[in-house]
Amino acid sequence: MITPSVLLIGLFGLVPVVWAFILSFQHNDLQTQPTWAGFGNYREMFADPTFRDSVKNTVIYTVLFVPITLALSLLAAAALNRKIRGITVYRVAVFIPVVTSTVATGVIFTWLLDPEFGLVNSVITKIGLPRLGFFADPHQALYAVVVMTVWGWVGFGALIYLAGLQGVPRDLVEAALIDGCSKRGAFWRIQVPLMRPVSGFLLVWLTINALQLFDEVFVTTKGGPLHATTVVVYYLYLQAFSFFHAGYAAAIAVFLFVVIAVITFVQLRLTRDSSMSGERP
Amino acid sequence: MRRPSGWHLVLIPLAILMGLPLIWMVITSLSSIADTRRFPPGLPSSLHFANYVHAWTLSPFARWLWNSTLVSVTCVVSNLVLCSLAGYAFARLRFPGSRIAFFGILATLMVPFQVVMIPTLLIVKHLGLVDTLPALVAPNLATPFGIYLLRQFFVTLPVELEEAALIDGAGRLRILRSILLPLMGPPLTTVAVLTFLTVWNDFLWPLVVISTPDRFTVQLGLATFQSAHFVQWPLLMAGTVISQLPVLALFVAGQRFFVSSIANTGIK
Repeated sequence: MITPSVLLIGLFGLVPVVWAFILSFQHNDLQTQPTWAGFGNYREMFADPTFRDSVKNTVIYTVLFVPITLALSLLAAAALNRKIRGITVYRVAVFIPVVTSTVATGVIFTWLLDPEFGLVNSVITKIGLPRLGFFADPHQALYAVVVMTVWGWVGFGALIYLAGLQGVPRDLVEAALIDGCSKRGAFWRIQVPLMRPVSGFLLVWLTINALQLFDEVFVTTKGGPLHATTVVVYYLYLQAFSFFHAGYAAAIAVFLFVVIAVITFVQLRLTRDSSMSGERP
Repeated sequence: MRRPSGWHLVLIPLAILMGLPLIWMVITSLSSIADTRRFPPGLPSSLHFANYVHAWTLSPFARWLWNSTLVSVTCVVSNLVLCSLAGYAFARLRFPGSRIAFFGILATLMVPFQVVMIPTLLIVKHLGLVDTLPALVAPNLATPFGIYLLRQFFVTLPVELEEAALIDGAGRLRILRSILLPLMGPPLTTVAVLTFLTVWNDFLWPLVVISTPDRFTVQLGLATFQSAHFVQWPLLMAGTVISQLPVLALFVAGQRFFVSSIANTGIK
């Protein structure tokens, strides 16, 4: 009863990992017979200025995206965790971006952030600030991508935090309130620390996804202008499927894999908590 | 009467900020081109439902939605069946290599798709599936996440439930189908919802493996629709609404299931 799954995951899970390592030591254009490259792809990679730019862009993106999304998710969850009139409507509004596809997000934000006729620029000029170029401006494009993806992910974070908040025993909070603790104090000193495993999971999850950013960049900026939004996975895609350097792209993939593995390991160690040793992930 | 909560002051701006992009999408989809060439923009002077007709006839959205449905539903069904079988076996049966196989599956859970994308394409090529819908289904027939999640739930079910049935001569498959699966509603819903969302919203894999427009999924279709009708915003927004409507409708109808499924550790 296990065989079909094991075979399928072996074929589409384990074999490709091994193959990716092998590919990264080859010159391979996906068409002709591959030739052995040794460490050539890796040497080329570390000397490639565009690759270095893509790493820099990915780091800037991740360092902005992850903390902003975490903080906003926590605040949104705190606000949504009340029994007040209309809460269902608020929750739907916050959660709907979770099911909105990344492609749709990209198309919608290209229009919202249109430099000429976009809604956001009309608000910006109304309060007396100069128009922004957003995706068209090399100095702003990456930040525009951050804003767009934060919109796409806050609902997910809020959802996870909301489940976490509802998992904190009520009596702990009530006991603190009776002892004279303020509601705000109870939130920051009791609920937030008890949600450490939830925060840890979100931190890891958001970071992994930030390092894999691709769809939204493909739809909005195609890595431009002037490589301003060329992130690692976008560059990997270009190398493999526009320039047909599949071996080189595989080296980038292996690099990404190692970085993600190391970061995940470190983050899990840092956020580990005795309460996390249970069965549930 | 109770005083309205102060939290409304936080929640109203939050809901507006989060909802506005989608509301603006709908408003623009009903505007004329002239409405979108005004600055500052405003509400359309009259409602142009024709945008939807144009989008629907200019591109094979019906075909794309059908392809996406076919691919997603196949993956959901196959994941429910295969992951239940494997999850149950890993939870209950001890056989040579079971631990190694389980750890192998857990290990692939950690590998991002981008890392294995190129070899996966080569495997699909060897199978002769490039540019076909089965290429979209094959790598998602059984997911390590589903197996892991279901195994964790099978472990929590008491063994006594099965022992009585085993003594009465029921086979493992019979036990699984008649006794255990009816108890697994929530985790099976989670697997179904997450598989559906992941496959339906996937973009990179269809982009890499499909090239014939008739075989596009709706996400791939939307991306090409965008490059074909750039800056024709009413048309583009109508197309975007069409592409998102099925999932948004499912979400609103089954909000409770979606929310609890994603809260069970989710995938976007």
